[in-house]
Amino acid sequence: MSVLSLDQVVGGYGDTQILHGVSMHVDPGEIVVIIGPNGAGKSTAMKAVFGLLNLTAGSVHLDGTEITNMPPEKVVRQGVCYVPQTANIFPSLTVEENLEMGAYVRTDDFGPRMGEIYQLFPPLYEKRRLAAGTLSGGQRQMVAMGKAMMLEPKILLLDEPTAGLSPKYRGEIFSIIRTVNGTGTPILMVEQNAKQALKIANRGYVLVDGKNKFEGGGQALLDDPEVAEMFLGGGAQKSTS
Amino acid sequence: MMALLEFINFYLIPGLVLGSIYALGAVGITLTFGILRFANFAHGETMTLGVYFTWTLMQITPLHPLLILPIAMLLTVVVVLGIDRAFYKPFRASPTIMVVMASFGIMLMVRSVIQFIWGVQLKSLVQGIQRPMVLFDALRISPKHILIMISAVVLVLAVHFLLSRTKIGKAMRAMSDSAELAQLTGIDTEKVVRTTWIVGASLACAAGVFLAIDTHVETMMGFKLLLPMFAAAILGGVGKPYGAIAGGLIIGLIEELSSYPWIGNEPLLNPGYKAGVAFAIMVIMLLWRPNGLFRGKVF
Repeated sequence: MSVLSLDQVVGGYGDTQILHGVSMHVDPGEIVVIIGPNGAGKSTAMKAVFGLLNLTAGSVHLDGTEITNMPPEKVVRQGVCYVPQTANIFPSLTVEENLEMGAYVRTDDFGPRMGEIYQLFPPLYEKRRLAAGTLSGGQRQMVAMGKAMMLEPKILLLDEPTAGLSPKYRGEIFSIIRTVNGTGTPILMVEQNAKQALKIANRGYVLVDGKNKFEGGGQALLDDPEVAEMFLGGGAQKSTS
Repeated sequence: MMALLEFINFYLIPGLVLGSIYALGAVGITLTFGILRFANFAHGETMTLGVYFTWTLMQITPLHPLLILPIAMLLTVVVVLGIDRAFYKPFRASPTIMVVMASFGIMLMVRSVIQFIWGVQLKSLVQGIQRPMVLFDALRISPKHILIMISAVVLVLAVHFLLSRTKIGKAMRAMSDSAELAQLTGIDTEKVVRTTWIVGASLACAAGVFLAIDTHVETMMGFKLLLPMFAAAILGGVGKPYGAIAGGLIIGLIEELSSYPWIGNEPLLNPGYKAGVAFAIMVIMLLWRPNGLFRGKVF
């Protein structure tokens, strides 16, 4: 059974409809990437899972339980963690306090989990007493992901984790994502650097105008001449510049 | 030597006392601004209300105002939480200007209720004139000033403990950083809002009572403190509690020191213009460093 599934989801913000029927699913242990042109509704599709927009039709299921239109603070308690593209850490809190806030809804002892996060991201352990806002872009992204991982989520949603990072950090982030996934956490992410993202992905979805356009295995999408021409050309140029 | 003692006795110590009062009030303003995202005009009235609760309790018990303070704080908190539930909660998702206007309305309402119940004539919390203690033959300091300053330090330490050591305190700082991310993280934002009101109202009540011990009780006392408290919050960087504490002390000291005869024998500034000093500082800060004095330093 899929960890997460969206079935013919329709919705948007206020009167503006952005998603016109999006379906996708994430199976246990997978990395699934959503790519597509600007304004295709990639990030919106992800926000739909997290209850951040109004769905007028379709449904979202987590582990078989319906979570359609559930408010974000409840979705978190169901075991979904979402890392927004920007403003994804608390800059004035220390690294350690950020991780503690990530575990806010936990009532048990999260000390051992924090140890695991520090093992996963050793630089964070060295800087645990520093304000997270003083860290470099790549390390902030580690804080954001570590904070989300504190809940031991059933699935991790990442919105453009490499946006605005230099190519050097981009590679680092992709390897972090693989590491996180290696611990058994399935990941659904939106990514502009489509080529790099598809290389580490099990599967990918191409969204255009708020609808599914293509879907398939990561490598299959990379090899598909139509997908390559439409979406990977620009992406490839960007990633080599 | 005499000049130095006079400076300490009549300018520095009163400045520190006034500054402690501003600091406690400004923490509430800055927390409300950081977490609820609006300038709370009714904060001065919260102080006044706390003072009148203390005054009323003192009519029925012979205890010192500082012993009654915790009960008065509790009563103030209950009223403020009720106001939040009835008047601010429906506006939680509204544009800031609507909430600011609501707070303006509440300021007028609370003040009118106070005037209706207790009347507008001056009252005092502490009867009679206290003789100052004389230390080292020359340093004159009145016991009430010592009590006010010690109590202020204790309260500031309590706030520091709350914000840096407790889960809810850290969540308050997190929500002040980004309310949206706090919600996405699963932080109980309504609980954080309630805690903010509890801390703000308790400190406001304390600040008001300290001022009443130092001076007297009247229905406009909180409103008169609103301007210097806002100036202190802006000076320290809005949303930063430690900045507000520093800002309060600085404003209090500058207000008192501005009438010291720095040049010649005349006061540098006629004491009648003291209130204008805070206003001038606020205007200068908004033009020169709208993010506060302590740029780059978070908290």
